[in-house]
Amino acid sequence: MALRLWASSAANALKISSSGARAAAPAYSISRYFSTVLDGLKYSSSHEWVKNEGTVATIGISDHAQGHLGEVVFVELPEAGTKVTQGGAFGNVESVKATSDVNSPISGEVVEVNEKLSGTPGLINTSPYEDGWMIKVKPSSPSELDALLDPAKYTKHCEEEDAH
Amino acid sequence: MTARLLPPLSWVSPVSELVEVEPVLRDNVPVVRRFSGGGTVIVDQGTVFVTFICNKTAVTGLQPFPRDIMSWTGQLYGKVFHGFGEFQLRENDYAFSHRKFGGNAQSITKDRWVHHTSFLWDYDVKNMNYLKNPKRAPEYRLARNHTDFLCRMNEYMPSRSVFTEGLIAALSEHFTIQQTGPETALSHDNDFEPSTKLLSPQDLQDIISSKESSTVQRVPGWPQS
Repeated sequence: MALRLWASSAANALKISSSGARAAAPAYSISRYFSTVLDGLKYSSSHEWVKNEGTVATIGISDHAQGHLGEVVFVELPEAGTKVTQGGAFGNVESVKATSDVNSPISGEVVEVNEKLSGTPGLINTSPYEDGWMIKVKPSSPSELDALLDPAKYTKHCEEEDAH
Repeated sequence: MTARLLPPLSWVSPVSELVEVEPVLRDNVPVVRRFSGGGTVIVDQGTVFVTFICNKTAVTGLQPFPRDIMSWTGQLYGKVFHGFGEFQLRENDYAFSHRKFGGNAQSITKDRWVHHTSFLWDYDVKNMNYLKNPKRAPEYRLARNHTDFLCRMNEYMPSRSVFTEGLIAALSEHFTIQQTGPETALSHDNDFEPSTKLLSPQDLQDIISSKESSTVQRVPGWPQS
């Protein structure tokens, strides 16, 4: 009981809402170490998320990833029309002392990039699942989503990594 | 060997905000724009480089994120410098007390990471004048100039070999150590194109002529197909 109450109050403090805004109530779960994992998304083991909307999929990095990266000061993104492959790097984020590759969870063609990130890269920190989205992709192999982690498995993955 | 400058490849800050371009051009100081993050450093005879090039599984339980890697190196170097000074990992710098002697830069991909450090075994104060005070500075710097902010390792350790031996001893707790030559670190991949770039005198002249844009530019060759 105490754990559920703690998780709930922490979630409210984090002010997470479900992306897409169709659901009446926020859909989230809290991983053990304060990072949030949204329902309705799929995740890669390298901490990117993908929101499948049929013809287009939106991609970004998870709250776990942005927390570990620290303050993002620059984001390098591909141009629309670029082909991406599952597990391959499509761009990078720069935090204070590091450049870190970002990898695409699915294969396809980039149809849109988040231009806001050039002026406000910190959106990745403050809103990793919404305003901090990075690219939109037209998937070439929709079945690739099956190989990704659902929110529960991704939460477990993060907890196992943080437990070391 | 004269000094050379090593700013990061990132387009976060233009070169003109990192270095004093006119004196650099006048004195023929080579400027090499490197691929990793971090700040601009001076490289001369007093600089010692230590670079970790690791597969993501090289250190058990270490997640390939900047803070995690930085923390692990801080613990490693804590053992190396134990007894020689009040070693601290201050934000992202190695310091004795509040004075920096080592700056770090990292590059992380899906399966590997690089963490490299420029250690100031010694430095020529004159060369620091080629650097501008960075706009983005750690809080503990407190607006100090280079001379008040930095210190030299040779003021704390008797010799470079003591440092090297201490580092090898600390690494031996994690790895099997084998001495080799620099040629083993070179790529034999004919398709590999390094993104690290030596800026030409024309590049520097263009910067002085204000042709360098402060807006975001795509790095040539990115993304790699």
